[in-house]
This record gives sequence, structure tokens and C-alpha cells, in this order.
Amino acid sequence: MSAIATQLSPAAALPKWLAPLLLIAFAYVVIPLIGNSYLFEAILLPFLALSLAGVGLNILTGYAGQVSLGSAAFMAAGAFAAYNFSLRIEGLPLVASIILSGLVAAAIGIVFGLPSLRLKGFYLAVSTLAAQFFVQWALTKFSWFSNDSASGVIDAPKLSIAGFEFDGAVGRYLFALTVVVVLTFLAHRLVTSQTGRNFIAIRDNDTAARIIGIPVLKTKLLAFAISSFIIGVAGVIWAFAYLRTVEPAGFDLDRSFQILFIIIIGGLASIRGAFLGASLIVVFPLVLSRLGGFLLGDLFDSGVLDMSQRIVLGALIILFLILEPDGLVALWDRVRRRLSLAWQSS
Amino acid sequence: MTFLSTVKAIAISAALAVSVALPAAHADEQYFPLQSYRVGPYAAGGTGFFGGFIDYLNLINIRDGGVNGVKLTWDECETQYEVERGVECYERQKSHAGAAAWNPLSVGIAYAMIDRITADKVPLITVNHGRTDSTDGRVFPYVFPLLLNPYSETSGIVNYIAAKEGGIDKLKGKKIVVLYHGSPYGKETIPIYELLAQKYGFTVQQIEVPHPGNEQQSQWLTIRRAKPDFVVLRGWGVMNPVALKTAVKVGYPVDHIIGNVWSNSEEDVIPAGDAAKGYTAITTQASGNTYPVVQEIVKTVYGAGKGNLEDKSRIGSVYHNLGIVNGILNVEAIRIAQEKFGHRTLTGDEVRWGFEHLKLDPAKVEALGAKDLFHSINVSWDNHEGEGYVTFQQWDGKKWNVVSDWIAPDWALLRPIIEKSAEAYAAEKGIKPRTAADAEAVAATN
Repeated sequence: MSAIATQLSPAAALPKWLAPLLLIAFAYVVIPLIGNSYLFEAILLPFLALSLAGVGLNILTGYAGQVSLGSAAFMAAGAFAAYNFSLRIEGLPLVASIILSGLVAAAIGIVFGLPSLRLKGFYLAVSTLAAQFFVQWALTKFSWFSNDSASGVIDAPKLSIAGFEFDGAVGRYLFALTVVVVLTFLAHRLVTSQTGRNFIAIRDNDTAARIIGIPVLKTKLLAFAISSFIIGVAGVIWAFAYLRTVEPAGFDLDRSFQILFIIIIGGLASIRGAFLGASLIVVFPLVLSRLGGFLLGDLFDSGVLDMSQRIVLGALIILFLILEPDGLVALWDRVRRRLSLAWQSS
Repeated sequence: MTFLSTVKAIAISAALAVSVALPAAHADEQYFPLQSYRVGPYAAGGTGFFGGFIDYLNLINIRDGGVNGVKLTWDECETQYEVERGVECYERQKSHAGAAAWNPLSVGIAYAMIDRITADKVPLITVNHGRTDSTDGRVFPYVFPLLLNPYSETSGIVNYIAAKEGGIDKLKGKKIVVLYHGSPYGKETIPIYELLAQKYGFTVQQIEVPHPGNEQQSQWLTIRRAKPDFVVLRGWGVMNPVALKTAVKVGYPVDHIIGNVWSNSEEDVIPAGDAAKGYTAITTQASGNTYPVVQEIVKTVYGAGKGNLEDKSRIGSVYHNLGIVNGILNVEAIRIAQEKFGHRTLTGDEVRWGFEHLKLDPAKVEALGAKDLFHSINVSWDNHEGEGYVTFQQWDGKKWNVVSDWIAPDWALLRPIIEKSAEAYAAEKGIKPRTAADAEAVAATN
């Protein structure tokens, strides 16, 4: 049925790459022209960082089926690694320090991915908690990581590539956007390649995967490495482009859960899902909070408002997961199918 | 590059067009963006502090009709003490015209704001906390760790112990244990304790309590073995009552435990019950509701039903009084700046000038109805802390009682360390330190 619908749909006649390309063009050209600093600093930058983290986790959890609660730790590893590379190696280009920081996060990911060879499901999730607590503890414990700064909070260096400085909100947005676009494109290529199919095979049945000759061990660790690499770079964007400051406490377990929720709500095993989920998780609380402040700000204090927003948000998420367990991506596709059917019949 | 600069130019002109389209600031309003936290793990501090701050702003509006006729306004944005929420609030609130100063009461949020407020030229107040080296106004023109930075606090505690022992030379050979919270905040004073120990000849042992600190048996057993003369409690939240209870359990005398400035509130001792009796802690503002300014707030603000604290028994508590003192400092900075720039809505940079001339001697503090609530302040363009004095309070099981005079930290000893750290920051960020003449130049527009 869906195949027929897709065939009938006029959108199907257009090449598949057109929609993302238009979206990227829109993000590069139109948004910098119309956006204000609130849009960039408070909405788009956290959205981009968390989307990228979501893409990374989706490779591990959505495609390869390994649940992880250590995402924030990999973000922290990436952020602190990038800080230390640019601090300690004179004249290291920003791009190199980002790639190196991603590799550091990947190495840590491999170490904490080792239990996945024996553990599955919830047991694996619990063991990835070790990464979460260990990385945060190590970053607080050894002040070398924060260059012996008295309070352990570090300042982000200036963002500049080949002499061009990404200053101000728009500059940092364009920087983050470029990193996200490049890595998302690579992630997309990866999941449609043989490696991506190996991931899915292991997720669906790892015994069967082993029988058809997929190296389970290697593939699982590869999933951990690639996912941690992307999440580590997301951490760099979070720290350097968005907050402009890093402290270990900012990468706590809550952040790991947030990223997990992003891919569950957005849709597992889907690149688009990470972006849809992140937009819901980032934008929706802000809309609620501004709406609440606007409508009821005079009646209640900000604490009461904030608590009620949490209740509303939680209830909506539960409702949504019951009605659409496959995530926002499934909802999106269904709406599009309906629309194209309506288009056909009219 | 040319494309980007075009984009930038267009963006700037768009922003300008938007800002022109916005209604101009009311000529008679000065706005305080409050990034408060009333929910989450630190709500006790947030509600008390912002409650006291708002109560004082209300007092000025109701009693005096504002500062020289300029009405004080504010709105709250909930941060839950989280950095990214604080940043979102900053972006949300900064578009409001006539912002006087930012008061986030959170080290993390303050750190994330330093670049932003410096670009916007609006002061950032971190009363009793913050980044120690931001005391150096040459490098941090818009950041004010008013009254007490972490190093001064350490020096004040050591001076108090010396006074208890009968003089600074009596510290020789003594042993002090510092029990600190395993967080950036907790670790900030490690080097300064080492330095003071070397200088005065006492030994110091610093023991970490991992966050959140609800289990401290092993740390206190270590302390019992070490038999220190004093224990300094550098705690936060739940760690404090647990420390006091565990101390009693292992038999360490509570009256030899000295709390730091974030271990000094009613919320820290009441949960410990009897174990807290005799515990002493440092403060810059005494607790209690007998001070004239607190009484006026009770009468004028709470009398009119506009009080901010829901639980009236918290009026005059440590956090509430800190909020009131913070209100006094902010309002007086505006008043001082108004004398120079006129009785109107001031720009952020003009308020910065006001803070840099914020000098309240004990007589002026008394005139404000705050005698003995806090001692005095003397901010200048290069000293953004302002030489705040500290005092010590002892908990008797029901309330805090002041047990010391006002004590001065050893600023002359600390200043070179602060300058060195600030200069390193300036070098790292490529900041050219200001001169006194730079500080007098004031931007007339926001």
C-alpha cells in the first residue's frame, strides 16, 4: 500500500536528494538573514548540537541496537579533548582539533563498548552508565583537563578556520551548521552502506548475523567508535559554539537521557528522526515556557509555571508515544502520504 | 568571505531595524532581568535570595516611588541552576530595554555569560561567589564578585581561627582539615589553603566529598584519625547536614567545625537537628529580622501583601538577607550613577560606572537601615570585590547568633595572586587590560 502511495505521489517524481538540499540552502541563506540572536543562541545552536548527538546515538542504538546511557560522557570527552588540543598544541587548526577530539571520544567509546560483546539490552545500558560516571569523575578529579583552572570551568577558544573567524551568533551558527551537515551526510552514507546493513543485521539477530559471516565483535565496536566520534564532535559544538564555556557538571546523566529521548521520540534508526526529536526536545519546552509566562506570568511565580510545564511536557510525551510509538518520523511520513493521496484524488 | 560579510551586514541592519521598531525604553524605568531558580535541587537558595532581592526592589518602589523617580521593574526566568537554561534566559531577557545588571547567582551561568555581557556592556553581579580573578577590574570590566570572592572567604576563615586561638602566630603547628564538595566550586580554594598554610605554618589536609555528599563515613573516620584542631566545611546542599551528623557520630566536636559561605544557611543546619548545635559559619550578612531595613520590608512590602516569600518564617534568613543586601548594592549603584548621568533610565555601561564607584561606609550603611546587617563596601574600577568584611555566626539549635566582630580578609596578600590569574586570562583571550581612564569612558547607548 505504501509502495503504491509512493509511486502515485508527485513528490516521488523529484529526486530524493532535492528536499534535504533545499533545506540546507534555506538554513545557509535564508535563516542568517531573518534570524535574530535569540533564534541562534537559544534555539538553533542547542538544536544543532543535540541533533548531531542524536544522529550519533541513533547509529549505535537505532541501527546497531546497542542501548547506551553514556552519550553525555562522550560529549564531555569531545569538548574537553578539543579544548586541550587547541590549548596545548600551538597552531593546531580548528578542524584538526575537532577531528582529534572526535577520535578521543571514539577511543573512549570503544573501551566502554567492550561490555557489549557480552551484555545486551538493559544490562548493556547499565554498563554504559559506567562511562557516564567515570568520565565526569575523571574530568573533575584531574585538574589537568581544565588546565588547572581554579574552578574547573574552562572558556572556549575563538573559532577560526584558515584565518576566518566565526564570531558572533551568526558565525557560530554557520560553523555548527557546516559541521552538522558534513557529519550527517557521512552518517547517511554509512547507514546505507554495507557497514550500515551489518549494523542492522546485528541489531535484528546477532546469531544470524554471525552465521552469514558478519564479524559481530568488530562491527559492534565499530558502531561504538563511530557513534562516539559523532557525539564527541557534538560535544565540541555544544561547548565551543553554543555555551562558550565547559564544565563537567553540564554533561550529566540528564543530558544522556535527553539524547536518548530525542531518538526515541524522533524515531529510531532514522537520520531525520534525530533532527525531529531534537527540535521537539529543544523548542517545545521554550514555546511552553514563553506561552506560560505570557499567559499566566502575572498570576503565578516562575517556579510554579516551570513545574506545570514539566507536567504538560511529560504528559504530551507519554500521549505521543502511545499514539505514535515509531516516533515523529513515522508521523511525518504518514502525514505526507495522506497529503499526496489527497492531492491525487483531487 | 565577501559573501559572509555581506550576510553579516544584512543581519546587522536587520537587527538594527528590529531594535528601532521596538518601543524605546520608558524614560522612568530601570529593568532587572532575574535568572532565578525556584525549582530543582538548589531551590532553597534561589527562593530565599531572589525573594530578598525582589522584596527590596519592591520596598524602593513602594516607599520611595523608585530610585529618584525611576521605577524599578523586573521579570523572572527560571533556570533551575542549569547553564543552558541560564543562557536561554539571557537571550530572552536581554532584548528588554533598560537592563541594569544581571544577577544569576550561579557560577556556571555567570561563566557562560562573561563574554556575552562584556560585548553587551551590562554588569554581571556575582555577590559572594563567582570567579575569583574577576575581582581584577582591569581585565573583567563588567564582572563584579561583590563583597566576597572565594579567596577572601578562605582568608577570612583562617583569620577567624587565628583570632580564636589568640593571634596569627598561634596558628603555627595547628592542623586544619578542609572538607570540600567534589565540584569546581569546592575545588576553587585548594591552592589558597595550601598557600596560607605555608605562610602561617599550619598543616592543612584537604579531603574531597564526592557530589552530592550524602555518605561521608570514611571521610570523617579519616578526620578522626587526623585529629585536626579545626575542620572547615566547604559544602553545598545536602552535604552540609550530613557532614554535621556524621561528625557527631564519629565524635568530632561540632564547635570546631567552621562552615564556608555556602554552608551557612538555616537550610544547612535545620535538617541536621541537634547535631548542628554549636556549629559556626562565615557570612557577609548577619541573619535575623531585627535590622531596620528588614523591618521596613516586613511592614511596607509584606504589609501590602506584595512580599515574595511564601513562608514568612524565612524572612531574615541567611539567603533572604543576602538577597536584601544584593538589592541594596544594586540600587545604590544605580543611585550613584544617576548622580553623574541624570535621574533617568541608565544604560548598562552607566550602571557599570555606578558599581565602580559603589562606596558605602558604615555610616552610609546605617543610613540605609542595614547597620550590622553587612559592614561596608568599597568598589573601585580595578577592585570589583570591594573589600567586604565577614563575620561568624553560631547556630544554637534555633537561630544564628553573631559570635565575632567584623573581620577583614588579608586583601594585600591575595591581590598579587588574583592579578596573576587575571593577567593569564587576559593573555589567553587577547584582552588589553583597562586603565583608570578607560574605566571613566562610558558608552551612552546600549
